[in-house]
Amino acid sequence: MNLSDFTHSAYTAGLLGGLLIGIAAAMFVLLNGRIAGISGILSGLLQADKGDKLWRVLFLLGMAAAPVVYQIASDLPAVTIDAGTAQLIIAGLLVGVGTSYASGCTSGHGVCGISRGSMRSIAATLTFMMAGFITVYLTRHLLGL
Amino acid sequence: MLNLNAFLVGLLFGLGLIISGMTDPSKVIGFLDLAGAWDPSLAFVMAGAILIGAIAFTIAKKRQRSLLGAPMRLSSATELDKGLLIGSLAFGIGWGLSGFCPGPAVVSAAAGQPKAWIFVAAMLAGMALYGMLERRGK
Repeated sequence: MNLSDFTHSAYTAGLLGGLLIGIAAAMFVLLNGRIAGISGILSGLLQADKGDKLWRVLFLLGMAAAPVVYQIASDLPAVTIDAGTAQLIIAGLLVGVGTSYASGCTSGHGVCGISRGSMRSIAATLTFMMAGFITVYLTRHLLGL
Repeated sequence: MLNLNAFLVGLLFGLGLIISGMTDPSKVIGFLDLAGAWDPSLAFVMAGAILIGAIAFTIAKKRQRSLLGAPMRLSSATELDKGLLIGSLAFGIGWGLSGFCPGPAVVSAAAGQPKAWIFVAAMLAGMALYGMLERRGK
């Protein structure tokens, strides 16, 4: 990697987007005292015995408003989803069950947990990253999906 | 105020995901594809987020209540249990199969991507299934 790679827009965009995600997580913990973990916010909505639904709904509405607000400034970036329907359903089920069992995903463990210095979150993040690397290796290079 | 902030945080989080490129599954898979044309740019997303997050959580850990007076709800669990590791393994496989993790999937669904709707529906079904099994186990 040389200097021109750093000035390449993908790196700048990644860093800028990451800083924004960090600011959002900081605002949530400092003002609301909560972890900005998307899987936990979603699964809390599905539990009938949890009374704290309103902030979860508002958080998700904020997320849903993001593409609308982004489009005021510019067109949404192009998105490519290679997975077919069956693959998306299996992946979705694995992500839903897995993040529930692990109590967190990329945001709760990967961003907030690591920021907090939690060993559990560091272990979770290393595990799901390794699983992601191996899965892409198998599907792309061995099975050719 | 707490509810207004929840909306604002969701909005900023979502914008961060779009700007960073996390909402494009082919880019995420490019980041996970170490043996192919590896695209490391998404590592900068986590670096940027943790840079700010580390400062905020250092402050948060020292407080009993948030700046708005809400209780500070930080996990006190420390055990690396089976659920954490097996769950993360399953999540990572699903992430690698689709290129979606929960946040970007929600944003893409809201942007009107039909395939993101399929993923989100299956993910919610998985969460509900886990909740049912957990309650039965108690």
